[in-house]
Amino acid sequence: MVSTLMTDQSQSEKPQLYDCRDAYSKALEEMAEKDSRVCVVINDSLSSAKMKDFQAKFPTRFVNVGIAEQNMVGVGNGLANGGMAPYLCGASCFLSARAMEQMKVDLAYSKANVRVCGMSSGMAYGQLGPTHHSIEDLAWLRILPNMTIIVPADPIETAAAMHYSLNHVGPIFLRISRMPVRKVHSDDYKFQLGKAVILREGRDITLIANGVVVSRALDAAEELAGRGVQARVVNMSTLKPIDRESVLRAARETRGIVTAEEALRAGGLGGAVAEILALEHPAPMRMVGVPDVFAPTGSAEFLLDHFGISASGIARAALDLIKHED
Amino acid sequence: MNSNLESPTLGNNVAERLRANANWIRMSAMTMTNHAKLGHTGGDLSSADILATLYLGRILQVDPTHPSWTLRDRFVMSKGHCSGAFYSTLALRGYFPLDQLKTFMDPLSMLNAHPDRNKLPGVEANTGPLGHGLPISVGMALAARMRGEPWRVFVLVGDGELQEGSNWEAAMCAQQYGLDNLVVIVDRNRIQQGDFTENTIRMEPLLERWTSFGFAAKEIDGHDHLGLLEAFASVPIEKGRPSCFIARTTKGKGVSFAENKPAWHHGVPTREQLEVAGRELGVEVEW
Repeated sequence: MVSTLMTDQSQSEKPQLYDCRDAYSKALEEMAEKDSRVCVVINDSLSSAKMKDFQAKFPTRFVNVGIAEQNMVGVGNGLANGGMAPYLCGASCFLSARAMEQMKVDLAYSKANVRVCGMSSGMAYGQLGPTHHSIEDLAWLRILPNMTIIVPADPIETAAAMHYSLNHVGPIFLRISRMPVRKVHSDDYKFQLGKAVILREGRDITLIANGVVVSRALDAAEELAGRGVQARVVNMSTLKPIDRESVLRAARETRGIVTAEEALRAGGLGGAVAEILALEHPAPMRMVGVPDVFAPTGSAEFLLDHFGISASGIARAALDLIKHED
Repeated sequence: MNSNLESPTLGNNVAERLRANANWIRMSAMTMTNHAKLGHTGGDLSSADILATLYLGRILQVDPTHPSWTLRDRFVMSKGHCSGAFYSTLALRGYFPLDQLKTFMDPLSMLNAHPDRNKLPGVEANTGPLGHGLPISVGMALAARMRGEPWRVFVLVGDGELQEGSNWEAAMCAQQYGLDNLVVIVDRNRIQQGDFTENTIRMEPLLERWTSFGFAAKEIDGHDHLGLLEAFASVPIEKGRPSCFIARTTKGKGVSFAENKPAWHHGVPTREQLEVAGRELGVEVEW
């Protein structure tokens, strides 16, 4: 699937930036208007989960379990069993880690129709530190059979993925960012589960990214073009089930692949792509992400740059790959 | 195994019928454990009367021919390790043929050591790891409330299981939302895997704990069928509050060599022990 490239980065004025949580909460309200099964479970953080309006509009379909993530996930299973369409909305760091066994048993093993919205994922909480970062969630959840994972790149894809999730069969994890991010998709973008989107064509190298890093990968491609390297940019918003064909095409048609994500390099998008390449089409690869460390103190923007999860960092990794292949 | 028990219809002697049902469940569970060489004899035996009363005493409004009936009462076997008793009860209630019990833990059997709702009709929740059933039950009770439907949620938890903190997260939530369509039954057999509960992590004062968490709570005899029937038929104990019955039971109930012995938590009976158990329970084994 090839999408129209948004050309914000080439315009002189600064592009407008968005908090994807606004798109997520608006989508939830739209769905709840139309479908009486839609309900929300939060764990205290009404404002972090951007659920104040939802609570006001649908008070009987809104549950606050308090600071209790294990119960929260179990409650989600029970709501689904009882015929509701629950959305569990909470900070990704606590929701995924604190309730990991419930994610495994109550959602994945049970094949429960529960939607988990991991808010403020990645390093969005910046200065709050490693306790509040959620850079492990993708690795932890990806290894669970039956689990579907979507990491939207912008507000348009966030809204589209939310609407998709309502009729999805089985558990689904949506990683909702609060990092300001520009639009990378056009307004008529149609989300398809398991289908990567090529945002920019290129024959030299492929940059595969998801989440807030997609716009950085687009900027990296622009930088690379300035140095004579044509990079394909792929938005792999569905981390699981991953679009194998898209990865294999990139391996066949370009000289190598750079993955880029706001997560640990191990186990997330980088890990998923590496597994496919190793088994089916070995190809040169670089992984941009957080190495095997806990982050130092700093804002989210600082930390992304610190770990090279930036346009220049991604471009650097691409050039390094090409250099070593020459 | 000779079921000798037709689809249960409650005659005049309700207590006698339920006693026979429960002892059949006990013998069936022990036979299954002997077959698989794995199982949880002690808890199977302590919970048999509660299970028999719920399913065969027709407390639960369910239809085994339509296990997904929207308005069914939900039962969650939170102590999923006691699957021998649970499966035997479901089979006796008509969810699947009695013969299927003979496949307990066999390769590719639908009868896992721990229940899987995607394999076996009548199973509402995948349990086994402890502390999962009550949160799920709270979610179910909330769903019934949101949908304005009359069905209830019954959940059977172990006493040692209550050492898992998730139960108390769920209890606080049940209180907050005034879930009087939720009934918690504690199989208070006083023994967990390693030792007596009070030698491990004290559970007393258990009644006061549930009361202080906002439940209308009562202690009952977990082996007295008429008492169980009366208790379960009169829920909620108090309107506007979730109910909790602490059912005093004996681990290994009904089989002399297993009664009140921690080692029988997951003891596996030999053929000879099965014969002794069969004589004591008045149920024949024909596997």
